[in-house]
Amino acid sequence: MTYDEILNLEPFAIGREEKRRLMTAGLSELTRHHQQQCSLYGRMLDTIGYQESAVKELEDMPFLPVRLFKELELKSIPQEDVFKVMTSSGTSGQQVSRIFLDRETAGNQQKTLVRIFESMTGAKRMPMIIVDCPSVVKNRAMFSARGAGILGFSMFGRKRIYALDDDMHLQLDAVRAFIDEHAGERIFLFGFTFMIWQHFYRALKESGVHLDLRNAVLVHGGGWKKLEQEAVSPEEFRSALREVTGIPRVVNYYGMVEQTGCIYMECEAGHLHASTYSDVIVRRGNDFSPAAIGEKGILQVVSLLPHSYPGHSMLTEDEGVLLGEDDCPCGRKGKYFKVLGRLKNAELRGCSDTYAARF
Amino acid sequence: MNDNMKKYLEVFETMFQVDEAKAKTLNYQDVVAWDSIGHMDLIATLEDTFDIEMETNDIIDFSSFAKGVEILRKYGIDLGE
Repeated sequence: MTYDEILNLEPFAIGREEKRRLMTAGLSELTRHHQQQCSLYGRMLDTIGYQESAVKELEDMPFLPVRLFKELELKSIPQEDVFKVMTSSGTSGQQVSRIFLDRETAGNQQKTLVRIFESMTGAKRMPMIIVDCPSVVKNRAMFSARGAGILGFSMFGRKRIYALDDDMHLQLDAVRAFIDEHAGERIFLFGFTFMIWQHFYRALKESGVHLDLRNAVLVHGGGWKKLEQEAVSPEEFRSALREVTGIPRVVNYYGMVEQTGCIYMECEAGHLHASTYSDVIVRRGNDFSPAAIGEKGILQVVSLLPHSYPGHSMLTEDEGVLLGEDDCPCGRKGKYFKVLGRLKNAELRGCSDTYAARF
Repeated sequence: MNDNMKKYLEVFETMFQVDEAKAKTLNYQDVVAWDSIGHMDLIATLEDTFDIEMETNDIIDFSSFAKGVEILRKYGIDLGE
């Protein structure tokens, strides 16, 4: 199956057996492609004695630690086909991941994001409030994962406003005027978790101002670590925002620059869902064997998208727990899970977390 | 050249600082200004200019001046030949 054909499949309608077949076949093919096109990756597979014929189950697919994308230049395309290099966010002094994209993979990332996002929030583009500062996308030389994230989601906005100025102060009058101008329309708010908490929620709370966002949806991602330290749970995050804006739907997402496009979004029941185009496997920390439903472990992410770099199967540095498969109360098929946070001693990463490290 | 084409060309010439001949053969990423940031500005400007609302897939597919002519036609904007 080509990736275009895979993208034509519904994002949340494929049951366990079919999904496993689709993933195992697609990932085996991608593994072969990267083995042939990326010599470093090929050598790693040789070292572990990888044999495609030995892959019986999805869980048998080899995986790379995500950290390798910081240490090595891993690409499966000739240099002249490199269209864009994406870098992860990192606090100063940290090494960043470098992800090499050709036109095809870059386009597929956007198309995949569209499929997942529109299925979760509706297909109509909405007036968009970006809870960040304009300079984050203006400075082309400093273009980061944070800027790329905002731009990627900007497609879903029709008319856009930045809620913060470059000193990260909430532009209350401008935001109010924007909401008034679009009265009666559904508004889309987007931002990174910590930015929303620190510069939007807190600013509203302190000034005692209530914004009318009864007809809005907020999508946020980029890491919980700082808020966890402040003991703010996802439930409290949602109810705090509801208190100052009346916003009915707050959608967290999990994703990383190494698998841009294949994000995991929260459903109405508050569960992160794997789409048709990617999957999660939870592995036990002691021997990397697959964990059972309800058992905490390290998250592995697999995706049928990455073609220009060997990032189709990666072990993250995040802990999580699988909550179930095909039986979420929201009705979506596929695995649903929870991210518990960064592994101890892992570096701080994520657009929200690296920014929050300064506070 | 009809009025719509004049407006369309003007958007490209102004945003990407190119002349008419260059504009007509321009592809995404051919000039520094037409990167992913410039792309979102281009779409917003065209939506305002022609008072239309594009679908996300058309925003992604809008990969050149010529492709844009085709896409705008879908929204009832006739740019002539």
